[in-house]
Amino acid sequence: MSGLVVERATPLCQLQDAGRFGVRHLGVTQGGALDWVAMGWANWLLGNPLGAPVVEVALGGLRLVCQRDACLALAGADLQARLDDQPLAPWRHFAVRRGQVLDFIGPRLGARTYLAAPGGFLAPAVLGSCATVVREGLGGLAGGGRPLQAGDTLDWRGAAPVAREMPAALRPDLAAPARLDLVVGAQIGGFDSRSLFDAFNADWTLDTRGDRMGVRLQGPVLDYRGEGLVSEGIPPGAVQVPPDGQPFVLLNDRQTIGGYPRLGALTLLAQARLAQCVPGERLRLRARDADSAQREHRRYLERWRQV
Amino acid sequence: MNPRIEVVAMDALMLRLFDRIEEDNLPWLLAARQRIVEAFGAALLDLVPSYTTLMLHYDVTRLDLAEARRRLAAALDGLRVPEDDGGARHTLPVWYDPRVGPELTRLAERGGLEPADVIRLHSERDYRVFALGFAPGFAFMGLVDPRLAAPRLDTPRQRVAAGSVGIAERQTAAYPLVSPGGWNLIGRTPARLFDRQRDGYSLLRPGDRVRFEAIDHATFLRLGGDDTPLAPTGRAAA
Repeated sequence: MSGLVVERATPLCQLQDAGRFGVRHLGVTQGGALDWVAMGWANWLLGNPLGAPVVEVALGGLRLVCQRDACLALAGADLQARLDDQPLAPWRHFAVRRGQVLDFIGPRLGARTYLAAPGGFLAPAVLGSCATVVREGLGGLAGGGRPLQAGDTLDWRGAAPVAREMPAALRPDLAAPARLDLVVGAQIGGFDSRSLFDAFNADWTLDTRGDRMGVRLQGPVLDYRGEGLVSEGIPPGAVQVPPDGQPFVLLNDRQTIGGYPRLGALTLLAQARLAQCVPGERLRLRARDADSAQREHRRYLERWRQV
Repeated sequence: MNPRIEVVAMDALMLRLFDRIEEDNLPWLLAARQRIVEAFGAALLDLVPSYTTLMLHYDVTRLDLAEARRRLAAALDGLRVPEDDGGARHTLPVWYDPRVGPELTRLAERGGLEPADVIRLHSERDYRVFALGFAPGFAFMGLVDPRLAAPRLDTPRQRVAAGSVGIAERQTAAYPLVSPGGWNLIGRTPARLFDRQRDGYSLLRPGDRVRFEAIDHATFLRLGGDDTPLAPTGRAAA
């Protein structure tokens, strides 16, 4: 007996986990949940490993029919989720009964939400991960990179979860303006001083052109005058500046190597926050050194152990 | 060689070994890669080699920046290149034909050559795999004879068939999967370049040596090749 049947989905409703590692030298990208913080909380609420397979729902458009009684969890964006007629708030677990319909209407706050199930959703590990990467034909329910679609059935590993409550104070504040920390890169000296001032003092607007590979920021034109680059590995969260001067933030499904100059790379927490920005949203970049970013990151992970 | 270590992200370092693309870079990059894998162990999430660099993505819950730098410096200490750098050898059969390699004729004209010369020049030397990227199993190889060098297409094709063999500047590659692409196509290989069911997944790996071997249409089909022709310009979709 299955757990959930997909009645309606969009190409942005995908099985994801912590991503695919150790294969990037073969040209295989990282993949994985764009908001790893929300994925972590969704799993934590059920006592799952933090990187267990979840459903990533971007902007809504998903409808699931429950096939049996269960306890599920939701964390991330408020996509106006409903269980039958009852609104479902994120950052908590909830009980479902056989026959109930779970609907994600559309974004009210944030862009992506994560649905977790006891023990994690079942999906074959492909190159070590079930992360769906459409472009590469890897991951997902059948392993071939297909997003969820009507008629798919989802099931999970465990039976009775260890349901936990998340202190409200720990919920990421998605209503606050996004301030994204960026570790400056080695090519920073190739940008003219005006561009550097603008990069960290201007308001940036998230462009509508964007996907899981990367998103474009609209704002002042950044002028790179340094030398051209030989293609090299692209770090996670890299902020590239192509010749048109509009920065492009590379996300989990980015290509593995590339040759555009980089302003730097967003921290892991900033990458998670960016994943919750919707097109048209304003954001700021803030310079940060790698050491303090690492310390902050470790402190964040401590929450999941201590709460 | 003048190794430099750059912080490129809170969880990544770039080891810059060279400034320019040279075939002689490869043994050094491979030797450094081996040392780094040993020095970092489970703390290494990924190591991405490219023409002049190695990018290390490490686990910040296991190592802080200072420790990652220390290990990297130690790994490079006294680095030597072994006699045999261990790259595997491959022969890739290719059906060179305008039906599946629409730029074969144009490359010949550009270089003042006959199509048969293009085939001979492309298949008579060993290439080394500099890096994989763009798509799973897509190997950037070089260097091709200067007479074959040609810029990428002005308008990339929306759909390049799997197995298509192409040239861009002085590099050559074969497309593992159907994808968009802007390289000049001269033929098609029936070889399976990327297979997630296969041990090791990618047929080609950084440092491998590759030679192309011209085969006829019948052999191409017998080896499982798909001879569906490609549109000659970049504008036509599949």
